[in-house]
Amino acid sequence: MATTNQPTSSNRPEGAELESEARRAAMQGVPPFNAEPAKRSRLAQSFREAAITAAIVAGLTLFFFAFRTNIATGGLDLAFRPDLWLIWIAIAFVARFLLSYFVFATESPITGFFKRTKSERSSLPIGKILGIVLLLVALTLPFLLDVFLPRQNRYLLDLAILILTYVMLGWGLNIVVGLAGLLDLGYVAFYAVGAYSFALLSINFDLGFWVCLPMAGLFAALWGIMLGFPVLRLRGDYLAIVTLAFGEIIRVVLLNWYDFTGGPNGLLGIPKPTLFGLEFSRGENGFAEYFGLEYNPIQRFIFLYYIILALALLTNFVTMRMRKLPVGRAWEALREDEIACRALGINTVNVKLTAFATGAMFGGFAGSFFATRQGFISPESFTFIESAIILAIVVLGGLGSQLGVVIASVVMIGGIELLRNLTVLDAVFGAGFDPTQYRMLIFGLAMVAIMVWKPRGLISTRVPSVYYKKKKAIGADLVSQGEGH
Amino acid sequence: MSAASQELMLSIRGVETFYGKIQALRGVDVDVHAGEIVTLIGANGAGKSTLMMTICGSPQARSGKILYRGDDITHLPTHDIMSRSIAQSPEGRRIFSRMTVMENLQMGAILEDPSTFNADLEKVFHLFPRLKERRSQRGGTLSGGEQQMLAIGRALMSRPKLLLLDEPSLGLAPLIVKQIFSAIGELNRTEGLTVFLVEQNAFHALRLAHRGYVMVNGSITMSGTGMELLSREEVRSAYLEGGAH
Repeated sequence: MATTNQPTSSNRPEGAELESEARRAAMQGVPPFNAEPAKRSRLAQSFREAAITAAIVAGLTLFFFAFRTNIATGGLDLAFRPDLWLIWIAIAFVARFLLSYFVFATESPITGFFKRTKSERSSLPIGKILGIVLLLVALTLPFLLDVFLPRQNRYLLDLAILILTYVMLGWGLNIVVGLAGLLDLGYVAFYAVGAYSFALLSINFDLGFWVCLPMAGLFAALWGIMLGFPVLRLRGDYLAIVTLAFGEIIRVVLLNWYDFTGGPNGLLGIPKPTLFGLEFSRGENGFAEYFGLEYNPIQRFIFLYYIILALALLTNFVTMRMRKLPVGRAWEALREDEIACRALGINTVNVKLTAFATGAMFGGFAGSFFATRQGFISPESFTFIESAIILAIVVLGGLGSQLGVVIASVVMIGGIELLRNLTVLDAVFGAGFDPTQYRMLIFGLAMVAIMVWKPRGLISTRVPSVYYKKKKAIGADLVSQGEGH
Repeated sequence: MSAASQELMLSIRGVETFYGKIQALRGVDVDVHAGEIVTLIGANGAGKSTLMMTICGSPQARSGKILYRGDDITHLPTHDIMSRSIAQSPEGRRIFSRMTVMENLQMGAILEDPSTFNADLEKVFHLFPRLKERRSQRGGTLSGGEQQMLAIGRALMSRPKLLLLDEPSLGLAPLIVKQIFSAIGELNRTEGLTVFLVEQNAFHALRLAHRGYVMVNGSITMSGTGMELLSREEVRSAYLEGGAH
């Protein structure tokens, strides 16, 4: 049976090699040519991708949009809503098609501009100019609103106060996460400590806002150090878990220590801030009366606005100054390489603790402002989602970037509020559509979009704190992602 | 070398270091006198870097004594040791890769009096002109040799009396190794800087050093002047001619 012993590609290990040798011989030295797979046209490719996306959306949202259970007499009633379902499918199709056609399938995506780093773009200090413009707008905002949007004055001012609170929290957390590279998922704990210390001091000892503010900051800083000690040896993921737990512990204690904190009922009757003893109230010894103005409740909002603006600017100023001091430089170096820091004689324990304490102190300031603005606090306001939002602001803004935090706060907090007022959407989705219900969805989408196009945050350049002759920004791809090692 | 008659800068006596249950150093004795270049050579895993790290207090020696200019530093925390005019260029360089060259150098001087900063900076730039060219560049974008220069420059910014160098030749081209070693020699001659050098590149290290130690499995097996060790048959076969360790 000689034929069965012939080497074939199936029974001999070297079969494949022989086969290719034979093929090479047949081609007589001409390199093998593989036909390139036929490329679909850009349009067809985009259509195909859009169709796949639409199908996935159709499957995923079938039970969310197409069917709905309504309470009817004698049980539940299943309502079929094909129009809403189809609208969502259409949105997904169109969105994916546009993305594919203009971004993914082209050689020159329209998003290319965002991808470029600052140092590649013009040499104009855009960040600086934008910062000054934003500062001027912030300083004059109450008057701008009064002139241009008098009808929505109070609502918009309230929104601005909320945004500034998050800006301040973002800047505070930026010290811990952005500069020192210590991932803190429990930042809201310090916010809570600040709020409760002010509330308790003012209610029990009849102290005013301005006396309590520094005390609240100190208490929060103390708690920052108390958190700092046990986590000194931890980094990255482990640190994140412990800080997360810390945030929850504070909230649970506030919730259950009924005699002291009022438990879930919270604390009521927190005093409003005064201007050198002048209250923003109607009648005798009020602010309006003293200055001979007509009483208007908006005056108190304007005052609150300037307080939070001042506090936020203080946070920014301190952070900027500290970056230039040895301790700030040590924070940044710690983010880069802890062992190298120790080799240079830096006491990493102290450096970490100062980062925690400084960040916590600003969280505490923001907390007491929150308490005085609301007049009422309860553990409900200090849940994990707050920490997550603040961290998201810092990460989306670009770790370590001060301006990025501002932009991210305006977009995230302002954008979500804006959704409330978009009555246009009712026309598309039918009456009773509440866009705020989708805020977490939009939140997530925004994060995914930013992380896809700007993986290191909106403002990802880092300006060195010392320079020889000319300041030179460091491009996005070279800046830390804040992973902390 | 007359250096041996001078003040004892670093004295390591019977140091034993453990990683958990595993003993890495088995009673090591090393002396470094002021103004000397002393090198420690040995194969991979012999314990050279462990000795370096033990001097820096991380990990700390379980037994034995480390004296720096007469003071017992065996059980001091790392940052305390490193602020006593000892500077280290750690293994793997460990520069701050996202900070500029200038910022890296400034980090080296972070504990020093700022009034001498400019003079020190000029000294480092004179020693390594490449760093001056690259001063506003990010550390991570430098080549391996430049990063090593930066690591040494950063260590020098703290005006050390004793410089600890852990494998400065690691992963560098022979020409760059030569440059770096000649810079170390220059520092020693002109400034009288005491250098303790841990190296695998035995040939260059022994030629540069006044005295050398050979470490095998956590113990010192030989010591002598650099030239003496270079001519020893055991050293030649084990570390210079690519023989097995």
